[in-house]
Amino acid sequence: MERVDIGKKVLASNEVYALKNSQLLARYGRPCFNIISSPGSGKTTILVRTITDLAGMLRIGVIEGDIQTDIDAQRIRAAQAPAVQINTEGACHLSAAQVNRGLAELPLDGLDIVLIENVGNLVCPSAFELGENGKVVVLSVPEGDDKPVKYPAIFAKSRVLLINKIDLLQGGTQVDFDVDRVHADARRLNQSIEIFPVSAKTGAGMQNWYDWLAHQARGPR
Amino acid sequence: MHETAVAQSLVDLIAQEAQSRHARPIRAKMSCGELNAINDEVLSFAFEAIAQGTPCEGMTLEIEHKALQAKCRTCGSIFAVDLTDVKCASCGGGDFELLPDAPLLLEQIEFEGTDDGES
Repeated sequence: MERVDIGKKVLASNEVYALKNSQLLARYGRPCFNIISSPGSGKTTILVRTITDLAGMLRIGVIEGDIQTDIDAQRIRAAQAPAVQINTEGACHLSAAQVNRGLAELPLDGLDIVLIENVGNLVCPSAFELGENGKVVVLSVPEGDDKPVKYPAIFAKSRVLLINKIDLLQGGTQVDFDVDRVHADARRLNQSIEIFPVSAKTGAGMQNWYDWLAHQARGPR
Repeated sequence: MHETAVAQSLVDLIAQEAQSRHARPIRAKMSCGELNAINDEVLSFAFEAIAQGTPCEGMTLEIEHKALQAKCRTCGSIFAVDLTDVKCASCGGGDFELLPDAPLLLEQIEFEGTDDGES
């Protein structure tokens, strides 16, 4: 019997690609953000609205991660932005190697910023670095206001929290969702997280998100 | 569910080490941080399934969880974070900075005695 100390990172092969991705993006000077949420929170709708509203001001390229289909990439292309669809075929998250292949297909020269839409899942994608400059977590009103407490890792790691579908709060009676509670719970985990309540459907609050994105594309990161 | 990807990487890493040592691995110890979101049961099950037909078949996997730590901005003490109720263990304050989480690490492999004496 022989015990050998190894001390190797289990996800080292992912980290190699994450580093390649961040170096490639830095060479082009393109910031990149990794958008993570549960399925159905409105990630693609947020992207489509963002691309449409910022047309002519910010050139956005998108890497779409889904288990199957290229429905999301089609929606992005219909909004006149370049999109690469990656099908993970069962895997619950994007890997840095997949994003590396996606970046090779994007016209980085003609872009200002790269946005990655990860596979809809609030747990797994947070454990895989892709070489991005930061993570953006989306939480939609119908999911409930307890998510930062129940899924703390992604809220602790993200630079931005978009609280989507706030138009559903207008009626007041159909959905119980305490925006203040989400603010307090997310801030307790992550004091520097930027929180933008938005509705990608009505456009409410979206300007704050646009300003933040434009600042990332222009300024120091 | 990302445990399957972690299990695959573990099997690959251990098989490499086993091959270079010409020895049969029987037990491995890994550690992970809180933000890696590893569920032990899921990872052990995935590891067992993926190890079938590889040099890792039948191995025991030991998983150690390392607590996430934070530094209190009020009193300066470093404390283990309970993500469900984060406050400074010393002064009870809520103003703190999360310290880097422990990575997923393959710490140690236990091998059966080597057959041919090669290192």
